[in-house]
Amino acid sequence: MNHIKKLVLVGNGMAGIRTLEHLLKIAPGVCDITVFGAEPHPNYNRIMLSSVLAGGAGLQDIVINDWSWYEENHIRLYTGDPVTEIDTDKRQVTSRSGVCVPYDLLLLATGSNAFILPLPGANKEGVIGFRDIRDCETMMETAKTHKKAAVIGGGLLGLEAARGLLNLGMDVTVIHIHEHIMDRQLDEAASLMLRRELEEQGMNFLVNKRTAAITGRRRVEGLKFADGSELEADLIVMAVGIIPDIELAVSAGIPVNRGIIVNDYMETGIPGIYAVGECAEHRGITYGLVAPLYEQGGVLAQRLAGMETPGYSGSVISTRLKVSGVDVFSAGCYKDESGTRSLRYQDEIGGVYKKIVIKEEKLIGAVLFGDTSDGAKLFSLIKNGESVLGREKELLLGLTPGQSEANGSMMLEQMPDDEIVCGCNGVSKGDIGEAVAAGCRSLGEIKACTKASASCGGCKPLVEGLLQLYAGAETGEPVKEGICGCTTLDREAIIGGIREMGLKSVKEAMNVLGWSEPEGCTKCRPALNYYLGMVWPLDYEDEKESRFTNERYHANIQKDGTYSVVPRIYGGVTSPADLKKIAAVAEKYNVPLVKFTGGQRLDLLGVKKEDLPGIWSELDMPSGHAYGKTLRTVKTCVGNTFCRFGTQDAMGMGIRLEKAFERMNAPAKVKLAVSGCPRNCAEATIKDLGVVAIDGGWGIYVGGNGGIKVRASELLCTVKTEDEVMEWTGAYLQYYREQANWGERTAHWVERVGLESIKQALANAETRQELVGRIEETLSTTTDPWREIIHDKELLKNFVQLPELNSVTE
Amino acid sequence: MEINTTTTSRIRVANLNDIDLRGARTVRIRNIEVALFRLGDGSVRALENRCPHKGGRLSEGMICGSAVHCPLHDWKIDLSTGQVREPDTGCMTAFPTEIDSESGAVYIVI
Repeated sequence: MNHIKKLVLVGNGMAGIRTLEHLLKIAPGVCDITVFGAEPHPNYNRIMLSSVLAGGAGLQDIVINDWSWYEENHIRLYTGDPVTEIDTDKRQVTSRSGVCVPYDLLLLATGSNAFILPLPGANKEGVIGFRDIRDCETMMETAKTHKKAAVIGGGLLGLEAARGLLNLGMDVTVIHIHEHIMDRQLDEAASLMLRRELEEQGMNFLVNKRTAAITGRRRVEGLKFADGSELEADLIVMAVGIIPDIELAVSAGIPVNRGIIVNDYMETGIPGIYAVGECAEHRGITYGLVAPLYEQGGVLAQRLAGMETPGYSGSVISTRLKVSGVDVFSAGCYKDESGTRSLRYQDEIGGVYKKIVIKEEKLIGAVLFGDTSDGAKLFSLIKNGESVLGREKELLLGLTPGQSEANGSMMLEQMPDDEIVCGCNGVSKGDIGEAVAAGCRSLGEIKACTKASASCGGCKPLVEGLLQLYAGAETGEPVKEGICGCTTLDREAIIGGIREMGLKSVKEAMNVLGWSEPEGCTKCRPALNYYLGMVWPLDYEDEKESRFTNERYHANIQKDGTYSVVPRIYGGVTSPADLKKIAAVAEKYNVPLVKFTGGQRLDLLGVKKEDLPGIWSELDMPSGHAYGKTLRTVKTCVGNTFCRFGTQDAMGMGIRLEKAFERMNAPAKVKLAVSGCPRNCAEATIKDLGVVAIDGGWGIYVGGNGGIKVRASELLCTVKTEDEVMEWTGAYLQYYREQANWGERTAHWVERVGLESIKQALANAETRQELVGRIEETLSTTTDPWREIIHDKELLKNFVQLPELNSVTE
Repeated sequence: MEINTTTTSRIRVANLNDIDLRGARTVRIRNIEVALFRLGDGSVRALENRCPHKGGRLSEGMICGSAVHCPLHDWKIDLSTGQVREPDTGCMTAFPTEIDSESGAVYIVI
């Protein structure tokens, strides 16, 4: 009879849970599982803590497995209750609160702690590491009341912490003991470029500094250095390294060195006890990165499931700095040593540096700064150790797809099955192969099935390459990716079909074009609705049930089901009367939060759906369209009306643009701005279209974005008059409406098609006139949605609940 | 009225023309917010108005065929069974509905 083994996992972090996930997948039900975690949270993604600090993610967003995952897999979970004792004779563990659980298999995944330098004063309030959610919370709390932060350690972790503290509004100084920051990953040249970039972002550096003491009474007040100099600080983050947490193992008599010593199968010196992740020491090495931990977890899971496995033989590691606006990648051996050859490419103007290190025909290391797009491919080459003879220059100057397709696919073929492709979600090459074998035929389907490239997206090119490799060979032709899983047609084919066959509704288009899902999905329905409206501006009747909630209810849905209301304020210019009106309405409806938006408008947040029509009608102002794929705002500076530097009327120009293009539907949201002089106070150069006044004219800049990936816009043209600004803007916007994929922001569109092709298309005055004609035609049919709803009973009804009528109890 | 958990009641909640095709309305019954969905084929389904993921109001989502997509994070929930479609997992309470074909009255059984 099969005995169900009792498995106890100590440590509810990424390494241990990854092992369990793998085990549950290959051998469900073979173990009865109990997990103990010291932190009061379910399993979360520690590598994303820097994103939480940087404001890109909330604590909720980085949870990998929430409470229900443990329940569904019948795992008993004790959080906030660390194991304090292991009895290796009786084979049982005891937790701090006294829970005692027997085990057949014990898995130690206790991770590591921040190394706190043993300095005088290191125990003062305000001295922390950067390891867990608590540290993050301490930083966020401190930033509310204190100003000065010092980060000791200019390595990967220190710089990520420092960037986060900058985002929280603190003055940050990074103290590094050596001359060059990130000296364990970067060579001198890359390190200097990185430092310059971070200094421009506002970070201060003190290098060659050894901290001697931490001053202050109860709370930290500053630092003293060995050379006698001092620095004031209200918060000190120690990011000088991590030490494996082996306390429990030591007390249980499990052999340790720096970490818990394990063999190639993650077995410790005591039978039945295993260790994995940052607490484990394998062949003399302890790892502090995510990829090795996944590899170890994979081996251990197979071992626990009783499967044959070749064992873990150590990891080559790569690192990437997760700091906004700075791309740094480093892998393998990056230093010049005897017997190695290195090639460099340095572009100081473009801020790009690349270095590859070669030893005996093989690539053994790489450092990339400024452009890290080839990182994953170079890393793969380092790991598989194939000869790169004759390809060195190509490796250095770019492995862009197309240039070296043959090599690329060969590289993917040779990649081992258990290699992790998506580091965020721990998806291996083999997992993707399985997903394709199970029928996945697009990136979207693979994402849905395996979660590969569903987080940071950095591995998207690799996943696409693997899709080609697996599915392409199977079907004998390259896989064609449709706009969603319901069709194999792309944008061009769909728009072609709509035009040629005169398709006039979403349903008709799906029928005629052979959709596999009869009513489509949330990707294709809004896309078809947009394309139909773009092709037939005068006869197409917009289908509100194919629009997202925000655009159906004309307000921005918030996470608690309330909405926000943003009235239009042209060019950001308002009047005392309008402000009074907005204030009165906000008071009357008990609006919980009134805020200026990022685009100089007023946002009334937390409004109940049933109050929306009342608010709209009392405001009696047009909708600001702050919720749709449409023209949002035109931001302006004060221009020559008041400003002593202003060269043109920025407010007037902005208001004219906003009045002309308000309510314009587009493939994605569109933001405009007008600056009255090259000082650019309206930040017009990170907008979809920005107008910057110069003496005697205007520069029109396009393709900017201030969102997730900041992109500065590029100059489309320079013109003399306001009328010309209107003409070029109209032509450009219409060209974007006609050419871009649904959902594609202008920044991505410009990058995809190239600015030159757009310039060429708009160069001809006649073409511009035609485009302007078409956008004017489209705009002529639009109406204000708020006004429409408050005057239409049929539309209004959807904003109120139904009354509960008579009920019959049986 | 006292209602214990073993009794079911049949409640008239709407008339068909209160709900747009591929649209939804809500009704509060005994402190549960219920969403009524009218599918493209004209039939009506009723679900507790909360996504099992983060509590998003399903009535605000997009209806595609026999499923609704949560407006917050695009989870897809089967309107007949309340079952979440893959790759996500979970389940919502679904209530049986009846339609009086003559008057167009919509009842739910709860």
